Amino acid sequence: MTASAAALEPPLALLAELTHRCPLQCPYCSNPRALVTRAAELDIATWQRVLTEAAKLGVLQVHFSGGEPTARRDLLDLVRHAAGLGLYTNLITSGVQLDRARLAALADAGLDHIQLSFQDVDDAPGDAIAAYDGAQAKKRAVAALVVAQGLPLTANLVVHRRNLGRLAAMIDMAAGLGAARIEVAHAQYYGWALANRAALLPTRAQLEDADRVVDAARATLKGKVVIDYVTPDYYARRPKACMSGWGRRFINITPEGKALPCHAAETIPGIAFPFVTRESLSTIWQSSAAFARFRGTAWMPEPCRSCDQREVDWGGCRCQALALTGDATRTDPVCTLAPDHTLIEAALADPAREELTFRRFERV
Amino acid sequence: MTDAAAAPYRFAPGVKFRFDDTRQAWIVLAPERLFMPDEHATEILKLIDGARTADAVIDDLAARFDAPRATIAADVLEMLQDLIDRGVLRR
Repeated sequence: MTASAAALEPPLALLAELTHRCPLQCPYCSNPRALVTRAAELDIATWQRVLTEAAKLGVLQVHFSGGEPTARRDLLDLVRHAAGLGLYTNLITSGVQLDRARLAALADAGLDHIQLSFQDVDDAPGDAIAAYDGAQAKKRAVAALVVAQGLPLTANLVVHRRNLGRLAAMIDMAAGLGAARIEVAHAQYYGWALANRAALLPTRAQLEDADRVVDAARATLKGKVVIDYVTPDYYARRPKACMSGWGRRFINITPEGKALPCHAAETIPGIAFPFVTRESLSTIWQSSAAFARFRGTAWMPEPCRSCDQREVDWGGCRCQALALTGDATRTDPVCTLAPDHTLIEAALADPAREELTFRRFERV
Repeated sequence: MTDAAAAPYRFAPGVKFRFDDTRQAWIVLAPERLFMPDEHATEILKLIDGARTADAVIDDLAARFDAPRATIAADVLEMLQDLIDRGVLRR
């Protein structure tokens, strides 16, 4: 199959990373290590144009993310603009800067859903991993405000070696707070999390316990709470279909306006990612070399090229191939068929480490 | 005791069901998920209005598709339960 323009489907979702500013410093943050400063952020007029172009292109859902998207004072106007275009609007937030008035205004602007992250169930480890005193208590309070406002709530429970033993209690907490959807998300090992992998990667026994906890919770909460489960791919036999395939479903826009097929794609050298300030979203989606680079199957090396899973997992994750092998064009090492799979086995055998590198703006 | 069969179905909070002009298809939009229901599910979802019960949905479909009620009842009930389990519908 070739990725011809005629066969190209429109994107389903746009991830709008409004800012990299964030009061939290979680050491598994999905942002790149090199963060965009406030001065370089897109202005509201550009964001509004991008949203309009996205709706026209066929995007159905927009996820306002960051950093912490509520750090943008013009968030309300962006939500109103997106909702007016008929886009399904989602706010992905740490919650610590939200209050009753702002939530009411967001609901009034047409916000469809809020995803609130939780780092733990207990205050001390929750605050410690976010490097923010009082974060956990604030998040509980904000969750209650979200539910009281009538906004649908997803609790995103980020799990790793240090808190997996408390997963059952975390799920109980999220259900008790009124979340209709719970996302149990193992940290994914890119950027900050990759730097902290030896301190965060769970053991196989921990993972098996977590699988059982999720199964039990799904049975208990069936029909009331939907639980989605993002597993750590290091323990999988086949790679994840990262972003449902490069340039197939998603567009990610960085705070400075770079359009990416996934939020970590900037790490890949040799690709000139297009800017929304210079090109329209439809040109970027349909004609840019960057979005075509790993689209479809024509780029694939063996063993992917002849694999019967090639249109299931799309060769796995390009950023992971790069991060672990130094070459983004190789088969995702997670796959047991990959020539580089020993890298994963070595990572799993790494001795655990205690110290963490927290997410901070690094001056160069 | 409430009669479960008499409870109407509605969309769960945060779930939207709409026709997408770009794709010329009905789409379920939900928190961080979306999917295109098949033609059977689409016909059922079009009838969800917060007032219709399972019986009312079955009656409507049986009449419009000129099918024996008993034939489609089991399928419809199964699909409604599946949509509840997936967080799309509530009652």
